[in-house]
Amino acid sequence: MSFKILRKQELAPAIHLMDISAPRIAQKAQPGHFIILRIDEKGERIPLTIADFSWEKGIITTIFMVVGRTTMRLSGLKAGDELQNVIGPLGNPALIEQGATVLFVAGGVGIAPVYPQTRAFREAGNRVVSVIGARNANLLFWEDEMRVVSDELYVATDDGSRGHHGFVTDLVKEILEGGSNVGKVVAIGPPVMMRSVAGLTRPFKVKTVVSLNSIMVDGTGMCGACRVLVGNETKYACVDGPEFDAHLVDFTLLMSRLAMYRAEEKLAAEKYRCEREGCPC
Amino acid sequence: MLERQKMPEQPPDARRFNFDEVALGYTDEQAIEEAKRCITCRKPSCIGGCPVEVRIPEFLGYVAQGDFDAAIREIKTDNALPAICGRVCPQETQCEQACILSKKGASIAVGRIERFLADYERRKGMEVPPLPDPTGWKVAVVGSGPAGLTAAADLARMGHAVTIYEALHETGGVLTYGIPEFRLPKEIVRAEVEYVTRLGVTIVLDAVVGKIVMVDELLAEFDAVFLGTGAGLPTFLNIDGENLNGVYSANEFLTRVNLMKSYKFPEYDTPIKKGKRVVVVGGGNVAMDSARCALRLGAEEVMIVYRRGEEEMPARAEEVEHAKEEGITFRLLTNPVRIIGDANNWVTHVEYVNMVLCEPDDSGRCRPQPLAGTEHTIEADVAVVAIGTSPNPLVPRTTAGLEITRHGMVVVKENGATMKKAVYAGGDVVTGTATVISAMAAGKKAARAIDGYLKGDLQQDVEAKKQLRQVSAQDGHAQ
Repeated sequence: MSFKILRKQELAPAIHLMDISAPRIAQKAQPGHFIILRIDEKGERIPLTIADFSWEKGIITTIFMVVGRTTMRLSGLKAGDELQNVIGPLGNPALIEQGATVLFVAGGVGIAPVYPQTRAFREAGNRVVSVIGARNANLLFWEDEMRVVSDELYVATDDGSRGHHGFVTDLVKEILEGGSNVGKVVAIGPPVMMRSVAGLTRPFKVKTVVSLNSIMVDGTGMCGACRVLVGNETKYACVDGPEFDAHLVDFTLLMSRLAMYRAEEKLAAEKYRCEREGCPC
Repeated sequence: MLERQKMPEQPPDARRFNFDEVALGYTDEQAIEEAKRCITCRKPSCIGGCPVEVRIPEFLGYVAQGDFDAAIREIKTDNALPAICGRVCPQETQCEQACILSKKGASIAVGRIERFLADYERRKGMEVPPLPDPTGWKVAVVGSGPAGLTAAADLARMGHAVTIYEALHETGGVLTYGIPEFRLPKEIVRAEVEYVTRLGVTIVLDAVVGKIVMVDELLAEFDAVFLGTGAGLPTFLNIDGENLNGVYSANEFLTRVNLMKSYKFPEYDTPIKKGKRVVVVGGGNVAMDSARCALRLGAEEVMIVYRRGEEEMPARAEEVEHAKEEGITFRLLTNPVRIIGDANNWVTHVEYVNMVLCEPDDSGRCRPQPLAGTEHTIEADVAVVAIGTSPNPLVPRTTAGLEITRHGMVVVKENGATMKKAVYAGGDVVTGTATVISAMAAGKKAARAIDGYLKGDLQQDVEAKKQLRQVSAQDGHAQ
């Protein structure tokens, strides 16, 4: 069985959206779930969060940033191409509670996994405040989509090219200090951002949830590659997560484990460039 | 007469640099000579030593006459996966131990002959046995490892329609992700899986039961379900430093190497850390496999650290021997107490302590005790923890009505039936880490029980319902 790419779009430089035909996965998908895909026989298995899904159309949407060989190869695919394997939905779905003000914080490509949750929380009757950010306006995507599913939306860019000039955390701080009665914070983005948000919300004692994007192989609890330390206990992001209590997560460990294959990733990326552009060596 | 035919092998100094199969297999002549050593006991004990009850003397008899086709047909009546079993079964504790000749010198090399026959047939083209008329019953099998494949093959040969659901992108379970190419070539696993599909079994890949489909949903579509989900949850030592970079569970290390072919990185995209000094913790076959993979990835030194002595090692003697020949060193009666890392969170050393064996307790096992004051450290840039696995929790967590032990194992009755109606289980998900052949035996037993259930209880149910409908229809008519 193979999985057809139905739509492929560059949302921002190096950030791509991909609609995949996967009816059985779409049927079971919920906000917070992820998939694992493998492009072809020689490909690696990488996890990607489900950013959107349509049960009727049998489609799942993923959004990825080009960082290594696999995402480079993915970015080179187009509508009509096929992926050899798509496995999912994996992980635990987000717990959608009711009757609170929920603050969503999304950085960079983290807007993708935040979107379906924001929508689900809003549909469940919560008041949703969202803060999204990127390095600059060019890298920002789905602002309109996020506005539709949020009661209030704030934007920050590092260079001030759109919205607040600074980090998303500046806005989070303002909102929390403004006494807006936030009952829960969901933060998804680069680990540094998630760590900052966790640090920020801790003194306010606001329940804060992060979604961890550790390295995975099988995604079913079999290998333990994705282990993270939460409240001093080893957990598997794939079967115990991917969402965890931000105040208990050891982000330093997460970041160092994410860097485990940096040397190999560099080599693989070079190989990709050689294959595409001809090898200078 | 007393000497068994030697197995041709790749020499250690060549094979430690490649992933090709170590054992090369018997020639026709060797197989015949070896089979001729069978003294055809009137009451053969070897069959009782085989968990799947292969009629060993019969197939040996055919081989002795040079009739390889009849011999492999005989094996396949009881065992759908002979090329696999001939390679990875611990024959020395099963059929070969039961062989009367083992008491008089050397037993018949049953495993080697089995392997020879399976390879002979594969080269020639596999024969599919005649199948009975379809019974109309449908069975779902969860997992395509040794338990699932065996259950599926047997059920198919009983005339039932079988569909296997496999979570990974390849079939075979531990045969594919766990056991390395040099011990069990993946081409051989694929060929035996293909044989199972030629018996009429359908395989659905990339389907994680408990996520994309629940067991209760399977029960709506199928008449019975067999759970062969294996022991896919790694155990760690619970010591400091286990989450350092460079520390792997054996499952991850072997999955990267075998399933993802990271030994061919960067030709294949999945990376693996190739250590210079690798420490493997554990004394089972999985530890041997991990150590020998690490060596083939290019390590200068690979060391196995095991808390008991060589006698107590659960690994097959042959695997320990092969590992030693390849230059792997063993530190026995030692146990890691912590793993030490650098500022960047990379493993640099393993600290361990000497152990002493105490007297065996009532259970017959002795718990090794640490010897205070013997702590020392060894350098390592990769460490692999191979101390066992427990059952994967995805199916137990999402299936109401199963009984699960404290250790996560599915509870079954003698015949393989779980506490949930129409659901059977076998293999590592029931026993915890065990052997390929014991999982196959469990699959076989469950297949028999499922067949009995379908043709017995369920058939009666259906007929009773049919009668009830007829009776009520007549009643309705009378009014």
